[in-house]
Amino acid sequence: MIYLDNAATSYPKPKEVGQAMMYFLEKVGASPGRSGHRLSIESGRILYQTRENLAELFNVDDPLRIIFTLNVTEAINLALKGLLRPGDQVITSSMEHNSVMRPLRELEKREVEVKVVPCSPQGVLYPVDIERAIKKNTKLIVLNHGSNVIGSLLPITVVGEIAKRHDILLLVDTAQTAGCYPLDIRKDNIDLLAFTGHKALYGPPGTGGLVIGERVDTKELIPLKVGGTGSHSEFEEQPGFLPDRYESGTPNTVGLAGLNAGISFIFKEGISKIHQYELSLSQKLIAGLKEIPGVIVYGEEQVKDQVAVISFNIKDQLPSEVGLRLDEEYDIMCRVGLHCSPATHKTIGTFPRGTVRFSMSWFNTLEEVDQAIMAIRDIAKSA
Amino acid sequence: MKDNYSVVIFYSTSAAIRAESLAKKVNLKVKLIPVPRNLSSDCGICLRFNNEDKPKIEKILQDGKVEYENIYKI
Repeated sequence: MIYLDNAATSYPKPKEVGQAMMYFLEKVGASPGRSGHRLSIESGRILYQTRENLAELFNVDDPLRIIFTLNVTEAINLALKGLLRPGDQVITSSMEHNSVMRPLRELEKREVEVKVVPCSPQGVLYPVDIERAIKKNTKLIVLNHGSNVIGSLLPITVVGEIAKRHDILLLVDTAQTAGCYPLDIRKDNIDLLAFTGHKALYGPPGTGGLVIGERVDTKELIPLKVGGTGSHSEFEEQPGFLPDRYESGTPNTVGLAGLNAGISFIFKEGISKIHQYELSLSQKLIAGLKEIPGVIVYGEEQVKDQVAVISFNIKDQLPSEVGLRLDEEYDIMCRVGLHCSPATHKTIGTFPRGTVRFSMSWFNTLEEVDQAIMAIRDIAKSA
Repeated sequence: MKDNYSVVIFYSTSAAIRAESLAKKVNLKVKLIPVPRNLSSDCGICLRFNNEDKPKIEKILQDGKVEYENIYKI
């Protein structure tokens, strides 16, 4: 079996992830931040270590400015709905996932002005186009870092500089890059970094979060939900300090214990090494696919850098049929269709047909890439 | 001789655990304990340290921007 659907969720996970979760369930178990006993403190320490690990990964000074959420979608919803008010303008690109587009379309109905800056059919965003879209009422720019359809990278660092210069904020959706591409909240000029735990960070589903940078005034960022925090219990109002302001209800401690182990695994291997390895897999896959008559690979002609997500089509074959044959005849798991990103497919010219997407992780091999190329060659021939 | 202790009281356990982690990084002898009965606080745990380390503890809290309620001798 060859698993090439890591952009949806990574599989397999490092064995340490399951071990850490089992350890939590069997030896710790307790709810963090609620009680003063040993097990509760230990549970709180595991949460804190996870924040510390993430802080190191993203170069964040204060780990308590990392807010845990269910996934990146919840983190993006928190940032967008918490910050944007009627009359504000928000700028985004035409390469965004529905995790960004849908909250924005909903906010648009509440009189938030949404400006979608077009990218080229190859997926390139020109920062100058972002700067031109900035107006007096612009509050926020929101961009994905790596495309979940073609793996291309958006120029977040340059856009972040522009945002700073105009005194507006930059929110980055790192669903496809956190864990497999070096990220630095300061060097990359990121004000709000939304991440998910279950992709390249190798945690389980149900983990993710939002890093709140120093330029964000938390009084201006309204929580998505409020409730019990284990702190300030004498008051019926939500506490203002972090992370409690944004973390209500019992957290997914067992999941976060797994995420903690996933990040430790990344540190052990080295994030640059992981990125370089995955890039070599991508380059081999792209080169191999492009040699097959009738196969179109989407994205830029010459790619220097990207994440390991590749989209293609075979002549006029339907992506769904290619996906079914890959699964049934070649034992290859991938994702076909629109990948929750109609905007991207419209941009690259594959809407509504969609594409076949291969996405890889540290656990894929060059041999698997060869087998995938051979399978596509077969399928292209037999059509 | 009996040790002389003080405790830092925090608003949240996240802050208490962060303070513990920062103190342990510079090898200070600290321990998270339940808040003594006579000191009312909502957060169930506080950070105990030796009195003589008070300036170092205060510096750690300040440098790490850790919000806390107060420091008491116990």
